[in-house]
Amino acid sequence: MSFLDKLFGRKTSADSAKERLQLVLIHDRTDLTPAELDSLRDDLIATISRHVSIDAHNVQIDVEHDGRSQRLVADIPLKAVTRRRSRRTK
Amino acid sequence: MPAQVITLTSGKGGVGKTTAVANLAVALASSGTKVVCIDGDIGLRNLDVILGLENRIVYDIVDVIEGRCRLKQAMIRDKKLTDLYLIPAAQTRDKNAVSASDMIRLAKDLRNECEYVLIDSPAGIERGFRNAIAGADRVIVVTNPEISAVRDADRVIGILEAEGKGPASLIINRLNPTLVRNKDMLSPEDVLDLLAIDLIGIVPEDENVLVGSNRGAPVALDQKSRAGQAFRNIARRLKGETVPFIDWESQGGFWERLQRLTGRK
Repeated sequence: MSFLDKLFGRKTSADSAKERLQLVLIHDRTDLTPAELDSLRDDLIATISRHVSIDAHNVQIDVEHDGRSQRLVADIPLKAVTRRRSRRTK
Repeated sequence: MPAQVITLTSGKGGVGKTTAVANLAVALASSGTKVVCIDGDIGLRNLDVILGLENRIVYDIVDVIEGRCRLKQAMIRDKKLTDLYLIPAAQTRDKNAVSASDMIRLAKDLRNECEYVLIDSPAGIERGFRNAIAGADRVIVVTNPEISAVRDADRVIGILEAEGKGPASLIINRLNPTLVRNKDMLSPEDVLDLLAIDLIGIVPEDENVLVGSNRGAPVALDQKSRAGQAFRNIARRLKGETVPFIDWESQGGFWERLQRLTGRK
């Protein structure tokens, strides 16, 4: 890491290594590839959308690790219900 | 008290398993603890040369397993350390000569012969590795602060947990404190954060390790070597002592510190 890199606050190579490892270890430990995670995400959106209206563009699905165990964390924003307001305007 | 059987493994090759086994064995034996080390790398024997015992081999592990010699005949005593013994790997035979049950039986037979049995596992996660962990009471994973070694260590740790051999403990070998300070090498904290297992030692990169291997005299015997000091500390931790970890990153001479301050290193 050169002096200039430090001066301009470029990401260090150790940070890159750690970030890349974090991702690769999640896939190694769970057998879940990024493509499979995307398809899981699409399925989840489709299923939940059948019951409640969600903001599909802001759905976040991540695998987080807690020690050596992994968990799937989904953040699914619901759309505001417009029914009441539409009644009032009538 | 029956011996504790400890296997050192890593997944990736070349991270320093054999060196670690040799140094821990030497460190334990030089403090008067009787140790038998086993080279589990059938076909790629190496622990003998690292310990400087290559000229003394008569019988090997396959000879013991196939009944061509008694266990004690295959235990080569060290030239200087009277408490250190090596059971060498077979060099010419195929890897299928040894099974997991053979290793369990061998470990059992050795329990009454010494205080520690150290097994050097081959790289990989195949048969040789499975054999090496079969008889172990405890497994130590050796890794380097390097992306591929950490990834492979994680695979191995996962397998050890699945096989009921966990929790493993970790040796971070060949840490370069200057690179860590410059953020060009994963720090011990990074590695522990990723692998989430207990640390038993950090060994700094040290030219004396190569010199020791060249001579067949592991650095744990060299009182001045930093790596030797680290291995001696790990040996004491194995025996249950509480030994504080040395902060290698804060070490270094005046010039190194000056260069760091000026951002030149």
